[in-house]
Amino acid sequence: MVKGTHSEADGTRAAPSAPTADDRRPGRRAALAQVIETGVAVLRRKLSAGELGSLPVVLVLAAVWITFQSLNDSFLSPRNLSNLSVDIVGTGLIAVGIVFVLLIGELDLSVGSVSGLAAAVFAVLNVNNGVPEWLALILAVLTGTVAGTVQGYSVAKTRVPAFVVTLAGLLTFNGLMLYILGTSGTVNLDEDGLVAQLTSYYFTNDAAAYALAAVGTGLVFLVSQQDRRRRMAVGMPHRTFRGIVVRTAVLAAVAFTAAYLLNRFQGLPLALLVFLVMVAGLDIVLRRTHYGRQVYALGGSIEAARRASLNVTGVQTAVLAVSGTMAAIGGLFLASRITSVSQGAGSGLLLLNAIAAAVIGGTSLFGGRGTTWSAVLGMLVIQSIASGMVITDTPTAVQFMITGGVLFAAVVIDALARRTQEAHGRA
Amino acid sequence: MASPPLLALRGVCKRFGVVEVLTDIELEIRAGQVVALLGDNGAGKSTLVKVISGVTPAEKGIIEWEGRPVQIRRPHDARNLGIATVYQDLALCGNLDVVGNLFLGREIRRFGFLDEVEMERRTSQLLERLTRGVPDLRAPVVSLSSGQRQTVAIARSLLGDPRVLLLDEPTAALGFEQTSEVLDLVDQLRDHGMGVLLISHNMGDVKALADRAAVLRLGRNNGFFDVNTASQEQIIASITGATENVPRRMAHREAGW
Ligand SMILES: Nc1ncnc2c1ncn2[C@@H]1O[C@H](COP(=O)(O)OP(=O)(O)O)[C@@H](O)[C@H]1O
Ligand SMILES: [Mg+2]
Repeated sequence: MVKGTHSEADGTRAAPSAPTADDRRPGRRAALAQVIETGVAVLRRKLSAGELGSLPVVLVLAAVWITFQSLNDSFLSPRNLSNLSVDIVGTGLIAVGIVFVLLIGELDLSVGSVSGLAAAVFAVLNVNNGVPEWLALILAVLTGTVAGTVQGYSVAKTRVPAFVVTLAGLLTFNGLMLYILGTSGTVNLDEDGLVAQLTSYYFTNDAAAYALAAVGTGLVFLVSQQDRRRRMAVGMPHRTFRGIVVRTAVLAAVAFTAAYLLNRFQGLPLALLVFLVMVAGLDIVLRRTHYGRQVYALGGSIEAARRASLNVTGVQTAVLAVSGTMAAIGGLFLASRITSVSQGAGSGLLLLNAIAAAVIGGTSLFGGRGTTWSAVLGMLVIQSIASGMVITDTPTAVQFMITGGVLFAAVVIDALARRTQEAHGRA
Repeated sequence: MASPPLLALRGVCKRFGVVEVLTDIELEIRAGQVVALLGDNGAGKSTLVKVISGVTPAEKGIIEWEGRPVQIRRPHDARNLGIATVYQDLALCGNLDVVGNLFLGREIRRFGFLDEVEMERRTSQLLERLTRGVPDLRAPVVSLSSGQRQTVAIARSLLGDPRVLLLDEPTAALGFEQTSEVLDLVDQLRDHGMGVLLISHNMGDVKALADRAAVLRLGRNNGFFDVNTASQEQIIASITGATENVPRRMAHREAGW
């Protein structure tokens, strides 16, 4: 019986109506066995079809945390984890934009420069010219949007690969930033201002973190349950109620543990709230809207997308506009962390870290596979390694080599997953 | 003839750079008819399909839809007219699942979001009508067998209730059973009044299924045949070029046969 069900679910299921009417007749025991078997079969199918999803990065993260915790037990302390959750936000937001670009099979090399430019625009407008903070903030973000839109439109119209166009953008926008900053060099931001608060404000009331955890898991539960109801109503294959409960329970365990730890330090950081809301929101945009579907389609086959009458130019432009916007927002969070903008803003390893985060998190370099959550997971890995190195007094050289190794592993897994999928198709 | 053909090409030319791939092509597709488009490799069959479907628009010639001239400049135009295509390369997005590919570019929405449940329901309905080996609807298409992918491409073409269907070697990747599934389907579609252009190298299938055959040779028309009366040898001779350019224009067709 075990064998039979496996081979059926492994290959082409005869009819996609496995867990409906017919299967509900046998006893509860058999039904439970069926649930487990279907679960195992789905996992096996996913593994053999090269759909690993976020499994590898979660394992890597666990390994990193266990290693550093065993070397120094302050690693998993509420203080360190709380700081970690704020440190990932700036680069993480930029990485979310990179995810969009990677999904259409392109690369945006200008995000570092754009983030620095946006921070400089804010600083010069607000500090040097007295423009109100909220207005300067909006203009800074729009700077990123415009920069991205211009590059995206150029890519779409000239059909030059985005990495080339954005390489020009990298230089141009970096030059523009230096020009705007002028000779003053470093601009210090208002320590109590809006932008400074982005990363220094904490919701000290314990209720905030728990409420976020509750709302998040509650929404996931309701949406899954609603989906299940609609599928049942029309006799379509659907998750079991038990499956939904288990999933929600796992999610709740993670969310409430995190909330508890954050409350043990200073409460829910505003930066983390913004980050999670944006990642979740953009995840819905990518996976549940017509626009998002077009993004994935372009990454799958640009020619197929064109033949399906998709607006290729529009999507390419919009995707780079998103990455420019996210770069600008990320740049403001980075500036907030150090409450200043200098000529070095947006340079150095920032660009590479943002790309590495997206890829380590499981977004494919070949386009068409990945989610915004990979930016969160990838940044957690990168920042955990960095923070662990500081705590254990390891030289930066080692940190780079380890992060490089993880990135390499991620790229290899990505390539292997792709190969497995194709081999699966040819079989 | 009483009513004008659903789709007619008059003197269509297509060039890639300096190479003229299609020259003065004439073609008519009538409702409830299967027209076989025959020709050697490189004769220009796929290019003609892409001209009609707006992928690579023609630069010269007239395309008529129900007797009235129309412009097909983009895939969108062809789709709006009611022309659906199964391309030789299938043109699927390997990373999207079966449902995603079927509804690509015309997703069903509910409160502004994709209505996956409804799309999946319609997909499984459609596929169950088409084939017995329904693939996993949520598997990325790249992981399906080539036969299953072919079925997905055919299902996608039928989704918008087209009136003309262009099939570019739809059975080339299929086994015996699936081939007869596809041929039965084409037969049914014809009975429902659809006009079908079928590219195939299998003369047996053409003989069994097609009403008329149009032969292309080196990018030009090289004969039109009534499949019921013409002999297989005549058609093959036209494909291989043993009989060169017999009827140059459609107008001569009636006189010729
Ligand atoms: N995009 C293109 N650019 C240049 N030449 C092309 C292109 N597409 C097709 N051709 C040429 O047009 C001719 C006809 O090709 P095709 O329509 O694919 O033939 P068939 O489908 O009949 O085998 C071939 O000689 C091919 O090399
Ligand atoms: Mg061809």
